[in-house]
Amino acid sequence: MRGLPGELIASLGGFLERLGAMTRFSGQVLWQSPAALLRPRLVVEQVYKSGALSLVIIMTCGLFVGMVLGLQGHDLLQRFGSEEALGTGAALSLLKELGPVVTALLFAGRAGTALASELGLMRATDQLSAMEVMAVDPMRRVVVPRFLGGVISMPLLTAVFIAVALFGVQLVGVQILGVDQGQFWSQMRGAVELGDVNEGLIKGVVFGVACSLIAVFEGYNAQPTAEGVGRATTRTVVISAVVTLVLDYILTALML
Amino acid sequence: MRPSRTIDLSTGLFVLLGFAAILFLVTQITNREFSLRSESYRLQAQFENVGGLKAGAPVSMAGVTIGRVESIGYDMNLFKAVVTLRIDSSYDQIPNDSDASILTAGLLGGQYVGISPGGSDEPFRDGDRVEFVQDAIVLENLISKYLFSQAGSRDSTAEAPATTE
Repeated sequence: MRGLPGELIASLGGFLERLGAMTRFSGQVLWQSPAALLRPRLVVEQVYKSGALSLVIIMTCGLFVGMVLGLQGHDLLQRFGSEEALGTGAALSLLKELGPVVTALLFAGRAGTALASELGLMRATDQLSAMEVMAVDPMRRVVVPRFLGGVISMPLLTAVFIAVALFGVQLVGVQILGVDQGQFWSQMRGAVELGDVNEGLIKGVVFGVACSLIAVFEGYNAQPTAEGVGRATTRTVVISAVVTLVLDYILTALML
Repeated sequence: MRPSRTIDLSTGLFVLLGFAAILFLVTQITNREFSLRSESYRLQAQFENVGGLKAGAPVSMAGVTIGRVESIGYDMNLFKAVVTLRIDSSYDQIPNDSDASILTAGLLGGQYVGISPGGSDEPFRDGDRVEFVQDAIVLENLISKYLFSQAGSRDSTAEAPATTE
């Protein structure tokens, strides 16, 4: 048992080292971001890869999240005899929590893993080193456009998710379970403020920055082996999920 | 990496869809009204107690929303709440002896300002003060009034001997 404290200290040291490297990496990426915007072609391509290609999964999941919310919300509100509040409850919970968080988790699973494995494989096949040899900064040419593409995509995906989910709520609540359509929408409009929409979009931007940073960091710093690329992909999903939920608590506490 | 038209096309579609969704969220599910051109005038009303009235609450006549509460302040000289109402200019024939009261929509709904018309021939003008007002009903006051009146009536009818524990 003598080795245990030593191991703990070593793993804590490893964690701190990784955190420090991550911070330095984030600083570099953010520092180079404005310059990368001058070459929009690269960014557009990444918006396509992490945004447009994630659209199908985001919309499908949004529809079903909304439909479940409609069923559960209707069942719950029925007990209090206030089914008409379904629109309000669903809209607020989607805007403030479900929309940004579920979108971020899906984004990490769909786009984050793609980024990490792509960059990891570039690292493993020495493409990044080859760029450096050719005096092309891989940070500016490869990493930053991918980061920016994710940051631009996330809030848009969040908005699409919420809109589709509201359609799902409406589909189940109004069309199937028979909540009055007028009351559904008017109560929602009466209760939802512009600030609630902003809260959702701000969360979307913050989660987008966090998830994209984690993905490009893990991919860029992957071990250049097949196993290393796999590990980087796994770490991307795990760390993104944890960071998203922790950040969600902090943001909620700040904005409530 | 040759620039491809399909990538541009689908990216554009995605971005368009995203902004359409944001626009839908902002305009369709919030109570925000984009009234860029609509004119309005202001009225002031002084209340002893505004209860839970908030800026942005509707001002309605006969259930029709004719304006919004612009701001709520407190007058240190009068010790009253000063509520500024912004009324849409299309409703410019409200008699100037109309009264404003703070009402509650439904049992759990938010509070709003209800205006019931008076009989004067002169309409309100910009900056006028609403003379006749009725405060928000505070539930605790009602309950305590009721309880005290109950206690008072019982005391007077039967001088309850304070023997039973």
